[in-house]
Amino acid sequence: MQKELLRMEHIVKTFPGVRALNNAAITVHAGEVMGFMGENGAGKSTLMNVLGGVFPADSGEIYIEGKKVEIHSIYESQQMGVAFIHQELALEPYLTIAENIFLGREMKNSFGMVSKDKMAEAARPFLERVGLNIDPNEYVGKLSLGQQQMVEIAKSFSLNAKILILDEPTSSLSEREVEVLFQTVRDLRSQGMGIIFITHKMAEVFQLCDAVTIMRDGEFMGVRQSDNCTESELISLMVGRDLGNYYTRTYNTPGKVMLEAKHINAGKRAIDCSFQVRSGEILGFYGLVGAGRSELMKAIMGLDPMDSGEIYLEGEKVTSRNPRYMQSKGVALVPESRKTEGLLLNNTISFNITLPVLNRFINFFRVNANKEDEIVDHGIESLRIKTPSSRVNCSTLSGGNQQKVLLAKWLATDPKILILDEPTRGIDVGAKAEIYTIINNLAKAGLAIILISSEMPEVMNMSDRIIVMKEGRITGELSHEENDQEKILKFAMGVSDDE
Amino acid sequence: MNNSKSQSGISRAVKGYFSQNWGILLGLLVLCVIFSIFGSNFLTTNNLLNLLRTCATNCYLAIGVQMAIILAGIDLTGGALAAFTGVMTVAAFEWWGMPVGVAVAMGVLFGLVIGFLNGAIVAYTGIHPFVVTLAMQSICRGTAYLVANGSPVTAYGQDAFAEIGQGSIGPVPLPVVYMIIFLILDYFFLNKTKTGRHIYAVGGNEVSARFSGINVNKIKILVWTISGTLAGFCGVVLASRMSSGQPDTGQGYETDAIAAAVLGGTSFFGGTGSVGGLLIGVLIIGLISNGLNLMHVNSYWQYVLKGIIIIAAVYVDMIKQKKQNAAK
Repeated sequence: MQKELLRMEHIVKTFPGVRALNNAAITVHAGEVMGFMGENGAGKSTLMNVLGGVFPADSGEIYIEGKKVEIHSIYESQQMGVAFIHQELALEPYLTIAENIFLGREMKNSFGMVSKDKMAEAARPFLERVGLNIDPNEYVGKLSLGQQQMVEIAKSFSLNAKILILDEPTSSLSEREVEVLFQTVRDLRSQGMGIIFITHKMAEVFQLCDAVTIMRDGEFMGVRQSDNCTESELISLMVGRDLGNYYTRTYNTPGKVMLEAKHINAGKRAIDCSFQVRSGEILGFYGLVGAGRSELMKAIMGLDPMDSGEIYLEGEKVTSRNPRYMQSKGVALVPESRKTEGLLLNNTISFNITLPVLNRFINFFRVNANKEDEIVDHGIESLRIKTPSSRVNCSTLSGGNQQKVLLAKWLATDPKILILDEPTRGIDVGAKAEIYTIINNLAKAGLAIILISSEMPEVMNMSDRIIVMKEGRITGELSHEENDQEKILKFAMGVSDDE
Repeated sequence: MNNSKSQSGISRAVKGYFSQNWGILLGLLVLCVIFSIFGSNFLTTNNLLNLLRTCATNCYLAIGVQMAIILAGIDLTGGALAAFTGVMTVAAFEWWGMPVGVAVAMGVLFGLVIGFLNGAIVAYTGIHPFVVTLAMQSICRGTAYLVANGSPVTAYGQDAFAEIGQGSIGPVPLPVVYMIIFLILDYFFLNKTKTGRHIYAVGGNEVSARFSGINVNKIKILVWTISGTLAGFCGVVLASRMSSGQPDTGQGYETDAIAAAVLGGTSFFGGTGSVGGLLIGVLIIGLISNGLNLMHVNSYWQYVLKGIIIIAAVYVDMIKQKKQNAAK
């Protein structure tokens, strides 16, 4: 084992009313990728914020390269060689790559003016180290998210970072970008860096990490070598109980065709897409990020423009295509992003759930409050949303509970066709398992469900059939008996057997 | 069972009102105490009615401005639009020989049309409401001067017209009666109708509102149309009170309306704002003018004070928002 870079022990941190960390710990060695897992709210980010100098711990010890240190500020943390790359990137889009890397440490020429040339020159080797082959004078706003992440990592080199914290770095990257990121992380490991890799995805732990540290309720639960442990072992460490069946799926014989789309064209995002979904059936939609799955659904719902194509609901052709009409016909789209598309986070659970069904209890000036409570309570109970009251703001809920509110909102419309776009993104394993059970029950009750997901195991374990998309086109369809990871990926990446 | 539930609902609403607005309610109380001690004649029926009368015209505009702010927008057209509709109304019956009733309706209608234009431009071009309504302010002010030829259009002895702004029911001036009616309608509209909730939803998160099947453009157009209509009516009342349509009236009225809205807890981030809060905001702004006049403070200080109040109120809102985000 290489030398120890970082050891945090017995860390305690209390916020007003909450003990966020209680005996938290993590150790990272040089040349090691340490996975860092735990349910949402387990305290991963809090511990990393202590390390990054965002706020101090109440008590506990931090050793960097064996020396006991105290970290009071972000600046101090950087000086000690810690680089924290947040989930939401913090680059200035209207500055160039080089300007971003040297932000606050601008280089000057002999006249005392900021020298773009000097900075671009100095930035180049850092960019090479992360394999980013782009002119340092390019504006950051023009880069893809994956490239921006590389710039952040390059910036950390310029600060002489030895310990790199990556907070769910793959959550908004395409598959290809993820591959590049992993390669970079492996290179950094071989250069002796210590990397903390926060993730919710099991596959990433086994693919990339040497070991994984697990937290639950602010406490250190243990560390496991990733070539020497199982998925269920990690999950039970995280949730503190055996989840039993993670995926719940009872297959039913599908009923009649509820929704049929024929030859949908919507710019480059959807090209000649046709499919149908039956009642009681879950139709999975898999594809790499940007394959056009969400866009196809948005076009069908009338949220985005559509160039041509026909939509049939229960055999009847749809003539007026707008979200209100589709909703009135029993189609509900539960969007991908809770924050931007799904919920009004600063409004109450009650306000959010009832928004699409105000018709049911408001008649001109008359609000039937009992009916309103009934709708809200039914949603909260049937989805088991954990909240003290229906009148708290959604921003106070955990990601999993927010996702349930979002589901409750659309289930309140009594849909016959339910389109779920990434229904488990960014929520913890316990909540995921619950969502799967809910989805299964809905299918059992006869809903036609479209499940868009970028998580392969999710699509494989939940769907009756899987449609795979690539660059706006449907490239393949597999039944649940015949699907396997390799086939699906082939369709998704566009590799055909005879190539 | 049902009965007890609705009773607890009312007491909950009253409690909620105080816990939400205790800060500005306290401010209102403190101002009242100060002015009754230092201002002569503050606590007289006459002065209090006068106070309400000054509040009234500001309140018409503030209702519209608050709705625009709830939509995460703004409406700066109010004062200039009031001047424009005042001039148009008086000119219509004095110069162009229309019956007073028709002229008044036309004045209000002009407000409606200008408001509709504001809303349509905001909705369909995506230009920021600040820019659209600022430009429209200039257009209205300019047109008012053009129509009036630069000087006030005097209304001679039209009793029916004078009644609108100068009449009263018992001791209560008519403008105050309108204010009360508008506030009640506003309350029911924002809290008890589908459209009202849609306004909060669009202001809170436009994309999410669209996904929820709300016609976002329709809501935007509606809000600015309401705001414009109220400003149009405000112009008629002002002209009636002054017995003339004055193209330079209503200067800075937007500021008062915005101040009242933000004092009442309406957030510039959009999605929140209550009619109860707005009422207190309007009262405080009215009190400041009234009380400082009674204390013989140079009236220019009022402008300075209102500016300070706006910044302070918005800052308080930002702190609240930060706390809310941190609670996550």
